[in-house]
Amino acid sequence: MITFDGVTKRYADGTVAVDNLSLEAASGTITVFVGPSGCGKTTSLRMINRMIDATQGRILLDGQDVKQIEPSTLRRGIGYVIQQAGLFPHRRIVDNIATVPYLLGWDRKKARARAMELLERVGLDAKLARRYPFQLSGGQQQRVGVARALAADPPVLLMDEPFSAVDPIVRMSLQEELLRLQSELHKTIVFVTHDIDEAVKLGDTVAVFRVGGHLAQFSDPATLLSEPADDFVREFLGRDRGIRRLSFIPAAGVELSPPPPELVLEDGKPVGWKSDDGLQPYGSFNPGTDSLRAALDASLLSANGIAVAVDGDGKVLGVLAREALDGAISGGPGAARG
Amino acid sequence: MDEPLVRWDWIARNWDNGSPLAIRTLLENHVVMAFVPVVLGLVLALPLGLACARWRLLYQPVTGVMNIVYAMPSLALFSILLSVTGLTQTTVIIPLTLFSLAVLIPAVVDGMTSVPDHVRQSATAMGFRPLRRLVLVELPIATPVVLAGVRVATVASISLVSVGALIGQGGLGALFTDGWQRQFYTPIVVGIALIVLLAVFADLLLIALQRLLTPWSRARRSA
Repeated sequence: MITFDGVTKRYADGTVAVDNLSLEAASGTITVFVGPSGCGKTTSLRMINRMIDATQGRILLDGQDVKQIEPSTLRRGIGYVIQQAGLFPHRRIVDNIATVPYLLGWDRKKARARAMELLERVGLDAKLARRYPFQLSGGQQQRVGVARALAADPPVLLMDEPFSAVDPIVRMSLQEELLRLQSELHKTIVFVTHDIDEAVKLGDTVAVFRVGGHLAQFSDPATLLSEPADDFVREFLGRDRGIRRLSFIPAAGVELSPPPPELVLEDGKPVGWKSDDGLQPYGSFNPGTDSLRAALDASLLSANGIAVAVDGDGKVLGVLAREALDGAISGGPGAARG
Repeated sequence: MDEPLVRWDWIARNWDNGSPLAIRTLLENHVVMAFVPVVLGLVLALPLGLACARWRLLYQPVTGVMNIVYAMPSLALFSILLSVTGLTQTTVIIPLTLFSLAVLIPAVVDGMTSVPDHVRQSATAMGFRPLRRLVLVELPIATPVVLAGVRVATVASISLVSVGALIGQGGLGALFTDGWQRQFYTPIVVGIALIVLLAVFADLLLIALQRLLTPWSRARRSA
């Protein structure tokens, strides 16, 4: 667990980057610091591994004040991923990944074996190991950056806008990859971004910062979307807050009706809605794994507004009528507010 | 008399005839007087350049002084040094070392500036202490830029040595004074050809060294 206890960073010229910040980033979860530029989110992150030292207050890493740990020793125990990956251009990928193990004095063979294991773990081909960073795409470099941060298996990972410099499609796959890795590794991750969608997607907990280094709100994403603390947070969250909030409500509780005869099936799988003009398109969702947002989407895609519920194999479980969907949406947690 | 531009028999007779003006001896002296200043210059430019890169306020005054030195005619420097070091190779080596410094200090500073900030930061964040970061991360990344400076300094030094002929220590430059005094062109042509060959050879060696030391930078260019 990482604890900020009344942390303030004031520069010599009097600028306050972070103002009396207190929060806890729980072990094994992703805590996202999000906010506009100049809000102190990166400064806060860098105070954890002492790239920047706090002026006042304490930062505790599992109860120990980071100021009592020698900086380079502290940093070798904390993974760090930076925006442009920050790979060493003069070292091959395998040696880039093995950087911290080398610093910790592992022997070369063991460090390289570990690097190869991580290369695979972040979804990269083993034959990239002998290449130099510039021979990789931005997305690949960023994966190497993540592999390098994980090399010595640190319990804590700091990520400073790691996916900001890549295009949206690559960013999305990197985000999925991070969530997949996290479900296996359970690291304590602090993730900085200026992108609220990224924050809501990745964070178990989201800390919204406002300019001047104030914490505006600290809550889980669903609460953030349904109950913004004030106008600043509401505005920062932007439009579509209501629909985005549905992503956090599982569709498991919806009331399904038996499939009507108009739904044409083949081997138990839906193929379309029967009509005078032939088959009409349908939308489907899986109540076992999807959110209410997916159910709403399925309803909007269906010609008649009725969403089709299917199981993992694509077989029909039932259908969700508009009224039942409306009920589920308005009955969801916090739905009437915000 | 129809005098040819080059008399090959003269070259054969004077290549290695044991006299202090034998072409081979002059060539050897030339090599020593050209390379010692570059090596000394690099040894001095590294700490000075690193200091300038670290404390930027130093950079302007240091380059200012270096540019003044660079602007000074070698002859003036020779006459100042003559009273101290006499008619020796040292009198040539000292000014050439200063000239090399004027090229190499900015090269070291530029090299350090060429290290991307995010690379430096990620090195720090992974737990490199400053000295180790300098040796294992910053200097290797600065190497291509520094070596480019070394190439310029080396070629300049090889050509400048000949000026030392004015105090009898010019390496191959002695062939020029000899030729002019006797209105005999062969030594002049031989001197020019050897100096150019030496410069090209040294440059090729440095390019090879650069490829050996920075395979990642060669690959970058061909990509």
